[in-house]
Amino acid sequence: MTHHRIDNGRPDTTRRETLECMIWAGTGVLWTVASGVPVSLGLLGKAEAAEAVTKGFTFLQISDSHVGFDKAANPHALDTLTEAIAQIGALPAKPAFMIHTGDITHLSTAAQFDDAARVIGGARLDVHYVPGEHDVIDEGNGQAYSERYGKGKQGAGWYSFDEGGVHFIGLVNVVNLKAGGLGQLGLEQLKWLADDLRGRSASAPIVVFAHIPLWTVYADWGWGTADSAQALALLKPFGSVTILNGHIHQIMQKVEGNVTFHTARSTAFPQPAPGTASSPGPLTVPAGELRKFLGITSVAIRPGANDLAIIDSTLARA
Amino acid sequence: MTCRHRPLWAAGAIIVLSVLAALRPAGAEEALVRISNFAFVPPDLTVKVGTTVTFRNEDDEPHLVVAGDGSFRSRALDTKDSFAYDFSQPGEFSYFCSLHPHMQGKIRVSR
Ligand SMILES: [Cu+2]
Repeated sequence: MTHHRIDNGRPDTTRRETLECMIWAGTGVLWTVASGVPVSLGLLGKAEAAEAVTKGFTFLQISDSHVGFDKAANPHALDTLTEAIAQIGALPAKPAFMIHTGDITHLSTAAQFDDAARVIGGARLDVHYVPGEHDVIDEGNGQAYSERYGKGKQGAGWYSFDEGGVHFIGLVNVVNLKAGGLGQLGLEQLKWLADDLRGRSASAPIVVFAHIPLWTVYADWGWGTADSAQALALLKPFGSVTILNGHIHQIMQKVEGNVTFHTARSTAFPQPAPGTASSPGPLTVPAGELRKFLGITSVAIRPGANDLAIIDSTLARA
Repeated sequence: MTCRHRPLWAAGAIIVLSVLAALRPAGAEEALVRISNFAFVPPDLTVKVGTTVTFRNEDDEPHLVVAGDGSFRSRALDTKDSFAYDFSQPGEFSYFCSLHPHMQGKIRVSR
C-alpha cells in the first residue's frame, strides 16, 4: 500500500492509520480546505455529512463507469451505474452538476457510449466529462469520444468553466501515451493551462479534474502522470487547489501545500491497492460485497470561505 | 469452462491450426504471444522473417498491441480476442499497450 495521508500539521489530525482504515471500510469522510490550509474534520456521521452538503454549492463526481464491462468482477456494470445515478437522485440537496472523471465506457463502442449517456442522463444534471483511456480506444483513436463530448473544447477535450465561485479545469491525460510511460498532458495542454490560469486571483478556489491521478500513486502500474509536476507548478500560486481523479478505482487522498488530491471509487468494479496483487486487473470481491467497493463522491463548496468538503459514499445500503 | 471440455477444444484448435498451416506458403511460421496478467508473454521473442505472430489477450481487461515505430496497431483486444501480424522484414520491433503503457514487449525478426 502506498501512502495516502492527511497531514495538516495540527494536533487534531486524524491519525493516518485510522483514516485509511475508515476509508477502506467505506465510511463517508468529510474534510475542508480553509484558506489553503487543509483541516481534517474527522469522520462524520451521515446526518452531519448531509448537513454540510446542504449548506452550500455542491457538485458530484462519478468515475470509471466502464459501461460494457461484464466480467467476473461485475457482470452488470450498467446496473451498478444505474444504482449510483439513483443514489444521486435521492440526495437531500440537488447538486449543481456532475463531473465524470473518465472510463465512461469499457471499449469506446457507440453502444456503450449510448448506454452510458442514457443512464447518466437519468440524473437530470449537467455532466462535465473528461475521457479515460478506455474512452479513446475506438478505431478512430478517440473520434467516438470527440464526436460526443469534444464540442467547444480544446485539443483532445480539455476545457475550463466557472461555477459557484470556483474555477473548474478538466484535463485530458490519456492520449498519445508513450511506451513505458504514465499518463501525459502534453505541451499543448500545459501551454493552454498556463494561459487559462494567467491573471486569475490567487484566492479563487480551483478544482482540477482528470482521469489518471496527477500525482504518482504507483508508477509500476502506470498510476501517475509523467508531466503533472509542470501542471502543479502552474497551480502553485493558488491558495486552494483540489484535484479530483479516477482511474485507480479506490479512494486515495494526499495533501501537498495548498493542493489536495483525491481519487474516487468506480461505479463498476474495484481494483487492488497498489502492490497488493500481481497486476492492477479488476478485483473480484466476495459475492454480496461488491457495492461496498463502489460509490460516488460529493463535493461541497461553502460560501464565503475557500472551503471544500469531500464526501465519499458507497453503493452499499446503509 | 469445465475440464472435460478442454480436450475437445484442444482438438478443435489443432485442426484449425493445421488447416491454417496448410493454407500458408511453405516455410511460413507461426508464433504466439500471450497477454496475461498485464504482461506480454514472452516479453522478448525471436522469430524468422515471414513469421505470423498472434497476440492473444487472456486478461479480464482489454489491451492493445502498438508498435513503437507505428508500423502496426491492433484494435482494442477484449478478453480472448487476438491480433495477428506478419513480420516480413528483419529487425527489432518494440511494442507496447497504449492502454497500459507500462506493458512492453519486443519481437526480434531474424533472416
Ligand atoms: Cu493493456
